[in-house]
Amino acid sequence: MFANLDQIFVLLKQFVVGLLPASWQPVAGVVLCVAAIICVFPALFAITVLLERKGLGRMQNRYGPNRVGPYGILQPVADGIKSLTKEDIVPLSADAVVHFLAPVFLVVVVFLGYAVLPMGRNMTLVHMDAALLFYFSIGASTELSVFMAGWSSRNKYSLLGAMRAVAQMISYEVPLLMSSVAVVMITGSLSLDKIVAAQNQYTWGLPHWYIFTPWGFAGFVMFAIAATAETNRSPFDLPEGESELVAGYFTEYSGFKFAEFFLGEYVGMLSISGLGTTLFLGGWSSPLAVLGWVPSWFWFFSKVMLSMCVYIWLRGTLPRLRQDQLMNFAWKFVLPLTLLNLFVTAMWHFMSDGWERWVICSAILLLAYVVMGRSGMHREHFGPRRYRYAD
Amino acid sequence: MGMIFYVIAGLTLAGGLAAVLLKNTVHCALALTVAFAGLALQFLELDAQFAGFAQILVYIGAVAILVVFAILLTRGSETPKDGVFSRTWLAGMAIAAAVFAVLGWAVLGSTQALPVPGGAPTAAPTATVMQIGNALMGRYVLPLEIVALLLTAALIGAVIVAMHEKAGTE
Repeated sequence: MFANLDQIFVLLKQFVVGLLPASWQPVAGVVLCVAAIICVFPALFAITVLLERKGLGRMQNRYGPNRVGPYGILQPVADGIKSLTKEDIVPLSADAVVHFLAPVFLVVVVFLGYAVLPMGRNMTLVHMDAALLFYFSIGASTELSVFMAGWSSRNKYSLLGAMRAVAQMISYEVPLLMSSVAVVMITGSLSLDKIVAAQNQYTWGLPHWYIFTPWGFAGFVMFAIAATAETNRSPFDLPEGESELVAGYFTEYSGFKFAEFFLGEYVGMLSISGLGTTLFLGGWSSPLAVLGWVPSWFWFFSKVMLSMCVYIWLRGTLPRLRQDQLMNFAWKFVLPLTLLNLFVTAMWHFMSDGWERWVICSAILLLAYVVMGRSGMHREHFGPRRYRYAD
Repeated sequence: MGMIFYVIAGLTLAGGLAAVLLKNTVHCALALTVAFAGLALQFLELDAQFAGFAQILVYIGAVAILVVFAILLTRGSETPKDGVFSRTWLAGMAIAAAVFAVLGWAVLGSTQALPVPGGAPTAAPTATVMQIGNALMGRYVLPLEIVALLLTAALIGAVIVAMHEKAGTE
């Protein structure tokens, strides 16, 4: 019964595909999976937006949306109808073709990443040998869409936003890749299926997730930082800082194209949360061996939604960084730590199994963190601040 | 090889031609990206996953962005008044033809290593990413490290050049 529940989507797909003639079946299977992905993740996007508006409202001591439907839960529907029916304005001096292509390109590229994510037992669309490489190469293409949007709008705020976004995304892509390489080193494979399978083991009922090792924990923290920056989320939301740049690279977009950017951003967040879950949080494996009967897809999606809640929480908590702080943080703090983490991972791999490697690896990482943090803070000369014109 | 090959080849060629012929420099850069993407698809169609993804990651993710940035930071994307055709187009064409001839000669020379098309269909050589990684880290580790050193030197050189200019203006 529980095994069937675990495989319910796979069985459902087999049932629907089985109704069709044999020659159609391979194509129909793929189309069905793609359709499922294209339906499920925008639905999660709608839920996340509602959660974000309600959650931020709670954090900022206000109500949030509460007019459409009971407790405002129909607000995403109203938003969707509004963005579909709004007039689509293209600036007179804009480059119409590139202006049109940018949001389309973003949405297409963001959805491509889901092709390789294992969303449950036997629930990967494409079993690829180099899945992680595919994911990162696809992720790198989103920068081009941001640039296209900013440049084609012929608006200085758009262009500034695009320049900021591209610089930030290039800077944080390095730590993002480097922190994932540690996982690849231990697993010995770029295939996301194998990475999940390697973590789906239990000792004393506890899982072998990579986050529960010293290098995995450090890697996960840096992955989370880099992923937040990569998706232009607060506190790294300078490219669309509304107090400085109106809305950054999508200032000149309205109606459905704006909705496409919005969708692309949130679906990208869901996707990178899925990747982080797969790499460090054990993918679809359950957090305790005794909970193994709960369907695998339930664990995957709850981990993803938990990550989204952390994103919302961060947005409600942290103030926005300055551009120089952003760059210094990426190149002088996160990047050296990820390189050190690679070294520690190699040590972990070659040291014999025992408590020594836990102590040594944790000590190295902790020491590096403290020393680098302290020296960085020391250089900044934090202290009582004097404002020349405010005293 | 078949329909898909010709579609992708057409896309790549169209992208390349547009990169040369379009008036707006940013459009040219975007067209060049299409050509890069076409090449990557061609690699993937030939089952060379690593080469294909590396092509996307490096050329679309980094080189195209770099080109676009360079255009924005230097000249702007306005079309020059005297047209987009350089006066030395003849020399350029000659060099391009020479490079193409060398590449073509190399490719044609390598066909002897492949099985004869009429012969028995042998199993396609499957180079997994793991094999490529092992070869890079094992047999070819010295060339890899030399390339890494060269790139590091280039990076440091670029930083020094940029810093020097900044110090001069102060």
